[in-house]
Amino acid sequence: MIVLFYNRKTKNRLSTAWMIIAISFVIILPFMLGIGLYYKSTLLFEKQSLGDLLFSKIWKPYDGKFGFMPFIMGSVWVTTIAMLISTPICFFSSLYITQYSNKFYLRVIHPAIDILAGIPSVVYGLWGVIFVVPFISNYIAPIFGIKTMGYSVLAGAIVLSVMVIPFILNILIEIFKTIPIELSEASLSLGATKWQTIKFVLVKKALPGIIAAVGFGLARAFGETMAVLMVVGNVIKIPHSAFDPGYPLPALIANNYGEMLSIPKYDAALMFAALILFVVVMFFNALMRMLIIRYEKY
Amino acid sequence: MLKKFEEMFFKFIMMLCNFIILFVLVLIIYSIFHKGMKALTWEMLTQRPHGGYYYGKEGGVLNAIVGSLYLSFGATLLATIIGVPVALYMNVYLIKRKKIVNVIRFLLDLIWGVPSIVYGAFGFSLMVFFGLKTSLLAGIITVTLFILPIMIRSCDEILKTSPLGLLEAALSLGSTRTETSFRVILKQSFSGVVTAILLSFGRAIGDAASVLFTAGYTDNIPTSLSEPAATLPLSIFFQLGSPVPEVQNRAYASAVILTVIILIISLLSRALSKRFHKNKI
Repeated sequence: MIVLFYNRKTKNRLSTAWMIIAISFVIILPFMLGIGLYYKSTLLFEKQSLGDLLFSKIWKPYDGKFGFMPFIMGSVWVTTIAMLISTPICFFSSLYITQYSNKFYLRVIHPAIDILAGIPSVVYGLWGVIFVVPFISNYIAPIFGIKTMGYSVLAGAIVLSVMVIPFILNILIEIFKTIPIELSEASLSLGATKWQTIKFVLVKKALPGIIAAVGFGLARAFGETMAVLMVVGNVIKIPHSAFDPGYPLPALIANNYGEMLSIPKYDAALMFAALILFVVVMFFNALMRMLIIRYEKY
Repeated sequence: MLKKFEEMFFKFIMMLCNFIILFVLVLIIYSIFHKGMKALTWEMLTQRPHGGYYYGKEGGVLNAIVGSLYLSFGATLLATIIGVPVALYMNVYLIKRKKIVNVIRFLLDLIWGVPSIVYGAFGFSLMVFFGLKTSLLAGIITVTLFILPIMIRSCDEILKTSPLGLLEAALSLGSTRTETSFRVILKQSFSGVVTAILLSFGRAIGDAASVLFTAGYTDNIPTSLSEPAATLPLSIFFQLGSPVPEVQNRAYASAVILTVIILIISLLSRALSKRFHKNKI
């Protein structure tokens, strides 16, 4: 046996076999995820149709009524506001980093982005609880004449927007780096100012990439769990303003794993929530990836 | 005149946005450390929770620190055993099949984006399917699934840059493809691959949503794979949920511990990736 193992060809065959097993596993993984979640949530389709599940507002697990609308709307609110905050910040920052900054500044900003990207979501959530929530309750809400504890859609969105900044920013920097320098040189030599060059040449050229970066960020924000869960309030109601509490889909799954097996069909409902997340995120990512691939071809 | 004003205005906006990002980073680090350092004692690091810990009695979070390290080491090890060969396969065996490699990359990019809570839910159903209980093993398997795409794609990005000539030279000298993979290509980009592994480790140790269902929670330090294990992120989450102020302070202190671990990993991987770029052919 030992002699066999020292044989170069056997070794080659063994390791090749392992590589093929591993790669098949990785290729099957996304399908396994989708099918597994679907199979686990089929129990839910017996009584309610898909449309009813998605658009009903009534959430009464004990009566077997599952309407996901409040959770979907919660996710939509939080994600939309988060993207509204982080998109302009990332857009302008990436322009400065790629077009204006010097070597010294790059040595500061790149590690900063890395650290932001590495901070765990629980720590972001903690920051949300000790800083963002009181800030909203003490300073932002009074401006609008609203009294709130601060645990709101807005708090979730602010924390989330900070979390996706490094993610979107890195993609945007990569996108702007791929644009050939000759393009902007031609524009500058024709007498355009730096900003005009950015506006009419760079952004126009990079537009599909910019859209894709925002799309990836959106997908990332849609599935973020712990940080949002800690600050968003978790009240099962469709939010009507940014200061209302919300209850996004990931928070629903994370909060109820304890009771999962004690109420009939509840586990199926939570798996269905995971399935919604999975499908939405996969769809967005696929769409944006295709946009990037087409962009790279030009 | 207007042109100049516009130029200056937007440059100001850009600088402002950069400033916001740096300011928020400093703010986060400051708020966590400011609140956490007061409660951070030697006891926190070296003892596990005693009776009544969650009502403010003494103890520490050693169970969570050790649990997190076990879990992340286990998951990173498993993901390395599966992931590095896959990345090598894509860049050595399939080097001439660009289309297949691109399809695999596409799939990997897709599952990279899947939120960790979905892996958590999936891991839970796997666990129920195989009749496992919440345990270190179930947690390790779930986290492995979660970090696998990250690991493969970052290794792949590193290996992609290794020159084709190196591969051809190794093969033409008569080495098998395995030898080419592990002794030439992997060795050449070793520090880069280690950076990728560290990145995955950082992801594994910081994620809470995927282990919420699967690893369980306990005040003991796990001694075998079938026992439940506490993790730092979850311990922060649970301690913060307590109404007792002392316990909440400990949540801040635990967050300092977790942040320091992450910062160390980040510094290490930066140093390594510098080395990788220096030795690159």
